[in-house]
Amino acid sequence: MDSVAAEQKLLIEIQNVCYDYGYGDVLKDVSFPINSHDFLAIIGPNGSGKTTLLKIILGLLKPRLGEVTIMGKTVEEFADWKKIGYVPQKATHIDSLFPVSVKEVVAMGIQSSRRFPRRTRGEDICCISRALQQVGMGEYKNRRIGNLSAGQQQRVFIARALANHPKILMLDEPTTGVDAKTQEHFYDMLQRLNREKEITIVLITHEVGIINKHVEQVACLNQTLVYHGSHDEFCRSDEFKRMLADGHHLVSHHH
Amino acid sequence: MEVFFLYGFFQRAFLAGVFIAIACALLGIFLILRRDAMIGHGLAHVTFAGVALGLYLNVMPLAVALFVAVVASWIIMKLKVKAGLHGDTAIAIFSSVGFALGILLVTLSQSFNVDLFSYLFGEILAIETSEVVFSIVLAFVVVLLVVVNYHKFMYMTFDRESAKASGIKVDRLDGLLTVLTAVTVVLGMKVVGILLVSALVVIPAAAGLQVASNFKQAIVLSTFISITSIVIGLVLAFLLDLPASGSIVLLSFLAFGILFVFRRSRR
Ligand SMILES: Nc1ncnc2c1ncn2[C@@H]1O[C@H](COP(=O)(O)OP(=O)(O)O)[C@@H](O)[C@H]1O
Ligand SMILES: [Mg+2]
Repeated sequence: MDSVAAEQKLLIEIQNVCYDYGYGDVLKDVSFPINSHDFLAIIGPNGSGKTTLLKIILGLLKPRLGEVTIMGKTVEEFADWKKIGYVPQKATHIDSLFPVSVKEVVAMGIQSSRRFPRRTRGEDICCISRALQQVGMGEYKNRRIGNLSAGQQQRVFIARALANHPKILMLDEPTTGVDAKTQEHFYDMLQRLNREKEITIVLITHEVGIINKHVEQVACLNQTLVYHGSHDEFCRSDEFKRMLADGHHLVSHHH
Repeated sequence: MEVFFLYGFFQRAFLAGVFIAIACALLGIFLILRRDAMIGHGLAHVTFAGVALGLYLNVMPLAVALFVAVVASWIIMKLKVKAGLHGDTAIAIFSSVGFALGILLVTLSQSFNVDLFSYLFGEILAIETSEVVFSIVLAFVVVLLVVVNYHKFMYMTFDRESAKASGIKVDRLDGLLTVLTAVTVVLGMKVVGILLVSALVVIPAAAGLQVASNFKQAIVLSTFISITSIVIGLVLAFLLDLPASGSIVLLSFLAFGILFVFRRSRR
């Protein structure tokens, strides 16, 4: 079992991806692999193209050049999307008056991947409770999503992804504006998911300070891939020193 | 009380009304939450052109209206996505052009008469058996398709990007929702008429949304309000000789008002 668990498999391969929104390059020739069991941080200043890259991986945007393959299939061919859990950047786009309970939000994830939905019961209810417990939101099942704090909403969205037993969890700026102590708990939780459930974690952030002990690999993005490798090496790299010198909050060279 | 149900025309109105009420409430919730509440209004005006065309050609106005509304709804949706027009703009243009076309056709066919008025103001108590069957079958199909896609519609309404990322074909479902709305508007026209049908789609759903704390509650409450308004409206119309359409819409507005005040006072 151990040798299987330790074995690294190529999950996602990003190859020579270029993208523009029609106003000049946002991503230039970005290539790197994401392996199973990785705990990868994609870091870069605001506007460096991190969210864009994530949306390309998820098939929400089509690269101008290059290709992304997921589990050996191109994004167009890939169909098993529930294996890829996506937690979007800050839940601010959510309508706070939307009448939906925490429980229903998690159920959306399970039910939507079925061709014919059925009543949510039995194993589904178990699955929903378990997913909410994993993110420490078990007691909020019946609360309306709009009544929760942004950090709690984020946890619910993680639970929604977890309910589908994903192989990989992609989080866009999950801890922006969250205090240090809560962040620590949050990373502990991600680490548990990574170690115990063997879920690959890919998280995006613009704060170098966040690159903490939990992160194992780093991909540093600023239109091009500036650095890709292990966290330890990154901490010793010139790139990291330069970033720290600029302050923890990175500033894009556009600004 | 049961005395009305002995009348065939009342039974027919009641049956068709209940089915249409359910379809209206279900769609209304999604449309309001998608900020698409005006599409019912726009499609109603386009439906007027369809009815006028039917009267002009002298073929089943209901069927022609259905065809025209579905085609128009499809074009409105495409315009919204492809032409970079904001949703409202396409609806505003179509609604006035539809009405203009309707007026033209009605004048040409010289059918400014009782027939036309029944489409404008609704005449559910005069609904024919063939129309009842047609309405019930279509309303049933609408409800079935909404129920089958319930979670997907909810997901994409709540969080479109994540829904898309989870593999939901959101563009296809947008199309389905628009077409279902067109069908429902045409059916609702039989109940309350072209001029009031958008109220049937929007008001019960808006009322339910006032107090619902989860989606299931919103659906159940809105459907209940929709059905109750139609049933009580029909009874009042029959007993007091009032127009059914006006009574139904005002009753649903009454429900909206009560729930609105209730929500305000709860804080
Ligand atoms: N929808 C869009 N249309 C046009 N430009 C965009 C759009 N989204 C992002 N951009 C631009 O693309 C660049 C990269 O954005 P993004 O991927 O969101 O960066 P990050 O997530 O790293 O902050 C930015 O310069 C941004 O202004
Ligand atoms: Mg971003």
